[in-house]
Amino acid sequence: MSASSPTILETRPVDGVQPPAPALPRLLSGIRAQGALSLDEHLAVHGPLPGGGGGRRRAREHGMMLIAEVERAGLLGHGGAAFPTATKMRAVASARRRGIVVVNAAEGEPASLKDRTLLESLPQLVLDGAIAAAEAVGADEVIVCACESADVGIESVARAIEERRASSERLPGLRLATVPGHYVAGQESALVNFLNGGPAKPTFTPPMPFERGVAQRPTLVNNVETLAHVALIARYGAAWFRELGTPTQPGSALVTLSGPIAHPGVYEIEHGASLASLIRAGGGATARVRGALIGGYAGSWVGAAQLDGVALSNEHLAPHGASLGAGVVLLLSEAACPVGETARLARWLADQSAHQCGPCVHGLDALAGTLAELAGGIAGAGVAQRIDRLASLVARRGACGHPDGALNPLLSALDAFQAEFADHARHGPCAACSRPAELPLPDRPPSDATSRDRPSRA
Amino acid sequence: MSHRVRVNPIACEAHGMCAELLPERIVLDEWGYPMLEEGPLHGSQLEHALRAARACPTFALLVERERGRGRG
Repeated sequence: MSASSPTILETRPVDGVQPPAPALPRLLSGIRAQGALSLDEHLAVHGPLPGGGGGRRRAREHGMMLIAEVERAGLLGHGGAAFPTATKMRAVASARRRGIVVVNAAEGEPASLKDRTLLESLPQLVLDGAIAAAEAVGADEVIVCACESADVGIESVARAIEERRASSERLPGLRLATVPGHYVAGQESALVNFLNGGPAKPTFTPPMPFERGVAQRPTLVNNVETLAHVALIARYGAAWFRELGTPTQPGSALVTLSGPIAHPGVYEIEHGASLASLIRAGGGATARVRGALIGGYAGSWVGAAQLDGVALSNEHLAPHGASLGAGVVLLLSEAACPVGETARLARWLADQSAHQCGPCVHGLDALAGTLAELAGGIAGAGVAQRIDRLASLVARRGACGHPDGALNPLLSALDAFQAEFADHARHGPCAACSRPAELPLPDRPPSDATSRDRPSRA
Repeated sequence: MSHRVRVNPIACEAHGMCAELLPERIVLDEWGYPMLEEGPLHGSQLEHALRAARACPTFALLVERERGRGRG
């Protein structure tokens, strides 16, 4: 699957003089509808990455300054958990052993295309971010992890690495690894386990990757978009970064917009931008909307009645029980049945379990079964209590966040679509149940598939 | 110095020995997997916990000294 051509949402007028411009686009500056920016084209847009040069001590000082800048910028991770990036960086930088940087573009999230868009279209920005992060934490090796299905992105990054090497800059080791496409493969510890020769399944933590990761070394695992932001913070600084976004979630974000929309695709928004402005930028909805799944398949549903007031930052989304997660906004059309969609999603999420932890294996399976019964109108009395009980048996009992993440869209659907669930409980399948499903639920290889680490050609 | 119990959910295979040996802190869910009551172990609980940890066939029950936990 290839990303559709990315589009840019401009929430502020561009002044003409830039960079550094406070306005959007930032990450998507200079992006083409087709093909990747070459190194020269990338440098023409952003200029060279500052720093480097000097001895080891000088490099160390420069690295600590960059971490401080990332901290002042208030950059939060864009992989889903919104963890402060500088905190992770500092942990790896202060470890005794030399660190490794892992660029996480595994993107197992079916409704997200932002990571592969970065790989395909802006591979030099991706490498810049990884190199800046490596300098910041004193790492001598960078591993870019791409989903095995992202073939265009993999080619694009491989070419970009060769271009970098030819330009003979002083570089950390750069290699590319292709990882299996299943949902939990992009979880930090699963990625580390895979790079260490194991299956791409989560492991029991601690130790966390930043303590002991790839080859037992302290490992900085960051989402690819997070590192692209680091590349820009290294150039333009924290104050520039904070000119967009909210005080608690500064900067911009890539968002994948899909569903009944004129131009689905990847958009760059300012944190706090209204959902309405994103939908306008996407050319408007092409059908009446029943609700929106925000954050991805570990995210939450917001019903149509609430959508007008939704703004896309975690603080704005918190009252709706949602967060921006990995930047997914998926609209569900009025024609779809949210009960049937939820039952199918529940089964898919249960199947995407790594099948390692009992409560996840049994709990998600039981939830999927119960929701299927509910959708079919055969769940019987006490189904709400049964769902509550199963949710409490699943929550916080896995080695990774999958069981907790899976609860979000399932439980929020029960809230957002109360009337529809009540109707199905009483009367069984509705007219919309027989229409084709809207949520993309791709066939995924079982989680013990072993796609191998593929070092890029030197 | 206080201690607490933790389960490695990947290693756990629901043998249920822990709930037999440390019933004051552990009950089993409907599939036989342990549910732990959080918090430091009190009095004789530490001794019971250590015995339960030794008895676990998959070494999935851990008795740990309380410490600050990092996260990623």
